[in-house]
Amino acid sequence: MNETLVFAVISLSAIGVISAVILYFVAQKFKIIEDPRIDLVSEKLPGANCGGCGLAGCRAFAEQLVKSSDLSALNCPVGGSEVMKEVASILGLEVEEKEPLIAVVRCNGSRVNAPQKMIYDGAESCAFAHALGTGESGCPTGCLGLGDCVVSCNFDAIYISPETGLPVVSDENCVACGACVKACPRNIIELRKKGKKDRRIYVSCVNTEKGGPARKNCQVACIGCGKCVKECPFDAITLVNNLAYIDYDKCRLCRKCAPVCPTGAILEINFPLKKEKPADPGIAVENPTVV
Amino acid sequence: MRTFKIGGVHPPELKLSADREIELLPLPAKVIIPLSQSLGAPSRAAIQKGDLVKVGQLIAKGESFISSNVHSSVSGKVTRIDDVMDSSGYRRPAVLIDVEGDEWEESIDRSPDLKSEITASSEEIIRKIYDMGVVGLGGATFPSHVKLRLPEGKKAEYLLINGVECEPYLTADHRVMLEQGEEVITGIRLLMRALAVEKAFIGIENNKPDAIHHLQQLCIPFPEIEVVPLKVKYPQGGEKQLIKAVTGRETPSGKLPLEVGCVVQNVGTALAVYEAVQKNKPLIDRVVTVTGKKLDRPSNLRVRIGTPVGNLIEYAGGLPEDTGKVISGGPMMGKALSSLDVPVVKGTSGILLMPGIESKRAAPLNCIRCGRCVTVCPMGLEPILLAQLSENFLFEKAEKERIMDCIECGSCQYTCPAGRPLLDYIRLGKNKTGIMIRNRGKK
Repeated sequence: MNETLVFAVISLSAIGVISAVILYFVAQKFKIIEDPRIDLVSEKLPGANCGGCGLAGCRAFAEQLVKSSDLSALNCPVGGSEVMKEVASILGLEVEEKEPLIAVVRCNGSRVNAPQKMIYDGAESCAFAHALGTGESGCPTGCLGLGDCVVSCNFDAIYISPETGLPVVSDENCVACGACVKACPRNIIELRKKGKKDRRIYVSCVNTEKGGPARKNCQVACIGCGKCVKECPFDAITLVNNLAYIDYDKCRLCRKCAPVCPTGAILEINFPLKKEKPADPGIAVENPTVV
Repeated sequence: MRTFKIGGVHPPELKLSADREIELLPLPAKVIIPLSQSLGAPSRAAIQKGDLVKVGQLIAKGESFISSNVHSSVSGKVTRIDDVMDSSGYRRPAVLIDVEGDEWEESIDRSPDLKSEITASSEEIIRKIYDMGVVGLGGATFPSHVKLRLPEGKKAEYLLINGVECEPYLTADHRVMLEQGEEVITGIRLLMRALAVEKAFIGIENNKPDAIHHLQQLCIPFPEIEVVPLKVKYPQGGEKQLIKAVTGRETPSGKLPLEVGCVVQNVGTALAVYEAVQKNKPLIDRVVTVTGKKLDRPSNLRVRIGTPVGNLIEYAGGLPEDTGKVISGGPMMGKALSSLDVPVVKGTSGILLMPGIESKRAAPLNCIRCGRCVTVCPMGLEPILLAQLSENFLFEKAEKERIMDCIECGSCQYTCPAGRPLLDYIRLGKNKTGIMIRNRGKK
């Protein structure tokens, strides 16, 4: 009885020792030398694996960061400049402060503004509906409202509003990873500067048709009249293919363009109300339809 | 009786207009002729705003290998060349012409006499087909001259003529076979000469016994043309299904029918070839079935290309009150129109008016794994798997499951007891997979 026990202990220990020796040499032979900074950097990254940096995941981004000598082209939109500063300090590099971005839905074709003309009862997929036709409002560039952007979002930052049928981006949750930008078959969503106090001005339309046909489908379409271009004191607005576009790098949020827009296609977000209550600047307007 | 082996469904036939003779639709006041009317590259306009055109005048030239010429279907004044809404609602370039009189090009032979003597050589026939803008009239509008110009080293053995018309409701091809059988037969002989084949088969489903009998009588002097009656089954009009049904040969995955020595053309195309080669008449009109359960007079109309769809419906008795959908094509593969101002194009085989209740889809339920879609798929694919892969963006896997072999016949969606939009997702997946494959080739 005792003998069996001793024998078992000895033989198992012997196997263990032999395996350990073999494993030691194997480990030596196939050792992968990895920069220890990769682990340090990836610890600092958010770990969302969203792909917003353009790489396959946070680990791949960390490897890329450690490899590169200049961080100006690399940015983690989720972590923002705080994380990038920490990363830069680990790597001993400098990083520029980047203004945070946010996804902006450039379509205001709600059920009121762009009334339904057709019924679509096919698959719940914007990509398919886009390939099939113009969608329910008849606007060839308008939001289809079937939620490809919602499916693509990993951060619960976008939802389809039941009233308007349009996507709404949450200012708190959106990290500007750009997943919805890629998911939208009509390129309606754009990453724009978040702006001071979340204030933004943008043309909420991507329709490149001439004024008449564009207006036929949607009363808040950009008709390409060019009034805003003339009004802008900073040359921030360009008019290409019957569509105005506000360059967020040049725009100083002076609010001169929005009142001159005849269709109300230019939206001002999170600004205090003008005129009516000049004494109370705290009230914010969320997605005003006509400003 | 022969048919294809795997899959297939039996939708109700509902050929309401089968015994209605082909009528000539009166000329419209205006026509809209889209510049891109066939598969492949769009054609380039050869006229300008304000020009006066005659019937049969070339208005757009197909310049790349897969593209076709477009001719004016009316005489009158070109009012604009502009982007006009097509059947999907998107704007595509088109020529708008105000109709004035009916003046034809002198070169066109308008006499009704049959000209059955063939003098043209193979090269001349193909040239003529290209010049006259003939495209496949079955629905896919593939330029016919491309199909006839065989690549080096390939040889066709059989010419297959598609007289199946397996889509429910549609009767245009049926009427063409009955009323213009002689012309169709001459067209087939022209196609045979162009391809240098010894044998041609005309595949007709046996729900058209009058057409089978009529063509069999006409084929007696031509033993090289054989009429093959086929068992009724959808989608027998699919190219690969027809080849399998008639010759028993199976086209390999991803290959063209020429791989098994076959070239398939529609009966409508055969008629257009006859008119182009023997009568010098470009493809400026076609037979369109206008039908629907509630429609007063379901009809077969000979319509000039570019006529607004609304005119056809007006002629057939007006739009019934509870119409839910106006479909261009048949109920299985057709596409709902976004407006009645959309013009008839070379690929319009029918206009179908669906009553309100029938036109709506039920909300999709969960898949119950019954496997019916797999049973009915005529290409032997697994539609539910392909739809799921497409839904989840797994296009590499979908490619391995041969999503590109799908012929989009819609049998899976038709038969699905849970009403799932299978074909919608497969079409999306096919589109994306195709883009993926093309991009791969670039790198």
